[in-house]
Amino acid sequence: MGGLRVGIDVGGTNTDAVIMDPQDRLLAKVKHPTTPDVTTGILSALQRVLGEVDGAAERVTHVMLGTTHATNAILERRNLNRVAAVRLGGPATQAIPPLSSWPPDLRMAVSCGETIVDGGVEMTGEPIVALDEDAVCRFLESVREQAEGVAVSGVFSPVLSDQEFRVEQLVRQVLGDVPVSLSHEIGSLGLLERENACVLNAALVAVAGRVTDGLSNAMRAHGIAAEAYIAQNDGTLMSLDYVRRYPILTIGSGPTNSMRGASYLTGSTDALVVDVGGTSTDIGILSSGFPRESSTAVEIGGVRTNFRMPDLVSLALGGGTILRESGGVVELGPGSVGFRLTSEALVFGGSVPTLTDAIVASGRGGGIGDATRTTAHTDLLLRCLAACAVRIEEAVDRVKTSGRELPLIAVGGGSGLIPETLAGVAGVHRPENYDVANAIGAAIASVSGEVDRVFSYGKDGRDDALAEAVRLARDEAIRAGADPAHVEVVEIDEVPLAYLTEPVARVRVKAAGPLKTH
Amino acid sequence: MTATHISPDDLPALSVGCTVFAGGGGGDPRIGELMAMVAIRELGPVEVRPLDGFDDDDLIMPCGMIGAPTVMMEKIPNGAEGRVIRESYEQQFGRPVAAVMPFEMGGINGVLPVAWAAYAGLPLLDADFMGRAFPELQMLTPHLYGMPGSPAVITDERLQTIVFTTRDNIWLEKLVRNAVAAMGGSACGGLYPMTVGQARRPAISGTVTRAIRMGEAILGGGDDPLAAIAEVAPMVRLGQGKVIDIERRTSGGFVRGSALIDGLGDDKGRLFRLEFQNENLVVIEDGEPLATVPDIITLLDVHTGHGIVTEMIRYGQRVEIVAFDSPAVWITADGLKAVGPRAFGYDFDFVPVAERASGSAPTRVAGGFRA
Repeated sequence: MGGLRVGIDVGGTNTDAVIMDPQDRLLAKVKHPTTPDVTTGILSALQRVLGEVDGAAERVTHVMLGTTHATNAILERRNLNRVAAVRLGGPATQAIPPLSSWPPDLRMAVSCGETIVDGGVEMTGEPIVALDEDAVCRFLESVREQAEGVAVSGVFSPVLSDQEFRVEQLVRQVLGDVPVSLSHEIGSLGLLERENACVLNAALVAVAGRVTDGLSNAMRAHGIAAEAYIAQNDGTLMSLDYVRRYPILTIGSGPTNSMRGASYLTGSTDALVVDVGGTSTDIGILSSGFPRESSTAVEIGGVRTNFRMPDLVSLALGGGTILRESGGVVELGPGSVGFRLTSEALVFGGSVPTLTDAIVASGRGGGIGDATRTTAHTDLLLRCLAACAVRIEEAVDRVKTSGRELPLIAVGGGSGLIPETLAGVAGVHRPENYDVANAIGAAIASVSGEVDRVFSYGKDGRDDALAEAVRLARDEAIRAGADPAHVEVVEIDEVPLAYLTEPVARVRVKAAGPLKTH
Repeated sequence: MTATHISPDDLPALSVGCTVFAGGGGGDPRIGELMAMVAIRELGPVEVRPLDGFDDDDLIMPCGMIGAPTVMMEKIPNGAEGRVIRESYEQQFGRPVAAVMPFEMGGINGVLPVAWAAYAGLPLLDADFMGRAFPELQMLTPHLYGMPGSPAVITDERLQTIVFTTRDNIWLEKLVRNAVAAMGGSACGGLYPMTVGQARRPAISGTVTRAIRMGEAILGGGDDPLAAIAEVAPMVRLGQGKVIDIERRTSGGFVRGSALIDGLGDDKGRLFRLEFQNENLVVIEDGEPLATVPDIITLLDVHTGHGIVTEMIRYGQRVEIVAFDSPAVWITADGLKAVGPRAFGYDFDFVPVAERASGSAPTRVAGGFRA
């Protein structure tokens, strides 16, 4: 008998958990309000879902968590490490100091000091000027009292990373055991975006520690001795050790999980997916079973990065959105009752009209709450629901890249908001278990393998070198537990290094596949 | 005299406008925008002044970056390059520079000189020498009038500086290109220094304020950025589609390549081929050019209306292919010799895109050659 997988998704409103068997059948699901400390919610959801399947705790072999901890920490400027930002690039790059374009309050919450020291390399790997190690040490001394993390970003470090490693050694010597993030391990070419991601990564180390410890403790408390993973932005999984080092990679995993879950629930590989949560609605497109990725730079909390993320249109509309009327015009939010939905919404005995109440009043509530409590507000609720449908219809049209009608998959706890028919949509599908699509997406996420090496194209040519890189990445994914029959290349990143003698490139290939479960 | 100022709030619009008039070249203006933001925050807004606002013998400094914009996205300038160029010219000419001028009003170079004007405390001339973006140093309007690009001042982020005094502008291109390669692939420079009086003929006026107006229209254009663009500058819509293939190679210090765009919507069933050398050169359908240099061919993101630079073209992007009329100076006989299709190795002549679009152009081309 094969092992069971637990998928957990922490959203702004609910923490969902599911148990799947080795044939990817859903055995149990629960929804539990997200708690302010997040970890208590995970513990409770885990406890309840395990209680639904006899002897589950002993049979669980994998636990996968999708979480918005990192995103929320950045958006709310909470629990962030104070980071010392070291850029290796002077006398180049002085024209734009580190973090220049950050929102001032986020910069204040994160940065305890920024410097540009002489160093960095040209695209050929030759030094721009020699690395000024004394300047690095003086700066580190100056932030000794405040620095809870150090982010090191060197010009063209994706081409040659020696200087970033050298500065990591200097941090060890001067500051001891402070977490260090190196930009070449986090992003690709584009200094400012890579530096931004590197500093955010360093700021999230404590948050990552709390999540990974919380998950480990929750598993231990329930006697689960399984592999634990956390989902990342491309729909693949990371080990807890990896998350502690690269917490920034968890950002964006929520929408990826819900879209992959929607694909699983319907068997569709090409469709629009609308995920309505408690506070927000994300609309994206599934293409060949994976989310279509954004082709432009992605902002996280107002900071530009070069991560690849699902291409989404997001609306501040969800089941918890607060409804009002002023001067005969209905107002949808932008506020939400969030995780207090089950105490403050009308249908749950509260006094705040929300979109959940509107769904119930329209008869699409599926039996949640007490519908009689909405009768005094029916007119407001139904008008709000109609206004909401118009905004969703507009957003769906913006996401679509062709006039072709696509099926729409409605998922998430608040998906009753989506009307039965929408312009440009070939039918609205509401799959069974739509309310836990995110947690299912986490449970079926892929494991991946990666190769990141400098290849010479001289002897064998570019095609052979790329083929070799792909083979190595596939082998790595299979070693990590992926099913060899279903491993696919998910990303190829090629950075040409302009050496004079023969063409050389840094090639990064990532391959991923579903867990082999039998 | 009309005067206007560029403040930090105007920079996003200037930047977006520069993506539209770049014709795919000149790189992502983002680095220039951030440099200008840092400089203006520190030193205050930059005055934009038309040619008429200066005396005839005032000295102007046309400037910008030279080399690969992709290198500059990693190896950002020092910031003092503009001062180094200015001091070199002031020493050579024995008098102060009165205005900073973008030599290229497209891509990063449309924004970068704003930073240098802020640092120098000088006004920015509302004009440039291209009216778009082009890849080479003899592709500036003064070249058509027999004016020298020399003395040219090139400086890198280490502030190593070379003054070029060359036999002609073709040599200037060749020598500067090699110096920039040795400096690491990108550098900053001043070219074609001249007085306001001398600049009257070659200058393409009003291009800075036009880019800002274009950017403002796009950013404020709501759901229909294409309509907003057409209101600022007449354009010909060549087709809408999705990028289904993109091929790039680096040769001779340039990025050359092509993109295939599969028609969508009203253009379903059509297939467009865009060819570029840093800038977009031609759009071809069924072997027939729909538009060619020096008309400004731009891929617009259909959602945002922003121009897409050649190095940012990606598979799956949904684009509108549009063309704007070339500045008049480039469609003279001399202009076409410098920057027409034949200057880029094509065996066909320039026909204005507006004429082709109105159906009066008889140029049927087979296999890339005029039949």
